[in-house]
Amino acid sequence: MTAPLVEFRDVHFAYSDRAILDGVSFSAPRGSVTALMGASGGGKTTVLRLIGGQERAQRGEVLFDGQDIGRLGQAELFAARRRMGMLFQFGALFTDMSVFENVAFPLREHTALPEALVRDIVLMKLEAVGLRNARALMPSEVSGGMARRVALARAIALDPELVMYDEPFAGLDPISLGTAARLIRRLNDALGLTSIVVSHDLDETFRIADHVVILANGKVAAQGTPQQVRESIDPLVHQFVNALADGPVRFHHPGPSVEEDFGQGGGA
Amino acid sequence: MSWWRPADVGFAVRGKLADLGVGARLFVQLLRLAPACLRRFGLVRDQVHFLGNYSLAIIAVSGLFVGFVLGLQMYYTLQQFGSADILGQVVTLVLVRELGPVVAALLFAGRAGTSLTAEIGLMKAGEQLAAMEMMAVDPVKRVLAPRFWGGVITMPLLAAVFSAVGIIGAYIVGVLLLGVDAGTFWGRMQSGVDVFSDLGNGVVKSIVFGIAVTFVALLEGFAARATPEGVARATTRTVVVASLAVLGLDFLLTAMMFSS
Repeated sequence: MTAPLVEFRDVHFAYSDRAILDGVSFSAPRGSVTALMGASGGGKTTVLRLIGGQERAQRGEVLFDGQDIGRLGQAELFAARRRMGMLFQFGALFTDMSVFENVAFPLREHTALPEALVRDIVLMKLEAVGLRNARALMPSEVSGGMARRVALARAIALDPELVMYDEPFAGLDPISLGTAARLIRRLNDALGLTSIVVSHDLDETFRIADHVVILANGKVAAQGTPQQVRESIDPLVHQFVNALADGPVRFHHPGPSVEEDFGQGGGA
Repeated sequence: MSWWRPADVGFAVRGKLADLGVGARLFVQLLRLAPACLRRFGLVRDQVHFLGNYSLAIIAVSGLFVGFVLGLQMYYTLQQFGSADILGQVVTLVLVRELGPVVAALLFAGRAGTSLTAEIGLMKAGEQLAAMEMMAVDPVKRVLAPRFWGGVITMPLLAAVFSAVGIIGAYIVGVLLLGVDAGTFWGRMQSGVDVFSDLGNGVVKSIVFGIAVTFVALLEGFAARATPEGVARATTRTVVVASLAVLGLDFLLTAMMFSS
């Protein structure tokens, strides 16, 4: 079996004094869709930022195709980033450019292709996400779901090996959500990508993922196929995959008990 | 409880020093990106077009009114000494040496500077700058540097427009309405204004103000907190900091240029 495209080895990361990742190890096999799940604020987006080199791990290794991202200089990091695409939560389209120009942006910045070829590539990428005829629209004129599809076309413009999705389903209606999920799977298989999807949407994510990693309290709580994770006996994972309100993650904000607050405790 | 502790002072000073360092590094980076901007001059040209058009109307209208007022005020004062002939010369010197660069820079800070700060701040808030970084494109090089050099080029052009329109305003009031002789108005202006020591120094001033205002606007936008409140605060700070910088620099430059 070939080496995984992305591998975390005992990664520790903290924002000033707030620990986010505390010894995280997992790998994303080549050609697979890896889902990264967990409670909000659990460090999922941080994992993507570490892979993209926007943050550096304080301890441990973040390997992308065998290179430790945290040790790369600016030029090497930029070279590595050209092999990655990233889809931000709300698309992060350039608001002063049309849909066409947004997708053409990485091509214009990194290649010296003639205009006719740029046009063909952009239209092919837009065709892949079903928005070839939306090329002339501005980002303010497209819906949230469409904006994310445009951003996806932009992310794959340079034919990356890895595509990272930061909550691609957040705030989408059921139709757009299903479309987005199928698109992630289809592009992954058709283009031979490796995908990492950060998501809260259990059903859609479990449907398209080959491999699921659940993060909790800065550690990997469970990983494996969707089926294996569903059957996990870890109480935290059980609470998460069954969407239970109470469990190891409490429903009530910590503090005095109900009895104490309503004067029914021992002291009253 | 005492209202300050030595540790707080140290923390605040270190924070300010770090901010200064960030600013200085960005400034050096922008200067070093000049050749890169020349190679892709289209990006700078777009910014000159955008920033210039943004401020042109307000600069021209303000210049006209300032010219009117200067014409009136100077005429009444000079007339007391029987020197209304030199109206053209006096108005022109005031405009090209001082008011042109300074007032144009203040208006530029209010009009184009704020829009630059808000634009960069919103690009940051919308993760556009992060997206650019993830595409292996340096936002300082692609977004900030063309805007910086665009602003530096635009500022002297706007100051020139301001001064020219101001002179026309003074001509309208002084010559057409108050009866100063047109030949004297232009003749005294021509003989009394030096290309290098007056016009040249005015141009140098406006270039320095262009650097200051555009840099402050970009730095505030780039360092803004990526929230609606953070962008609003940064925009306000741009006007305050850039205006003070212009007035402070104007004093320094005037002292250096015209004191000998």
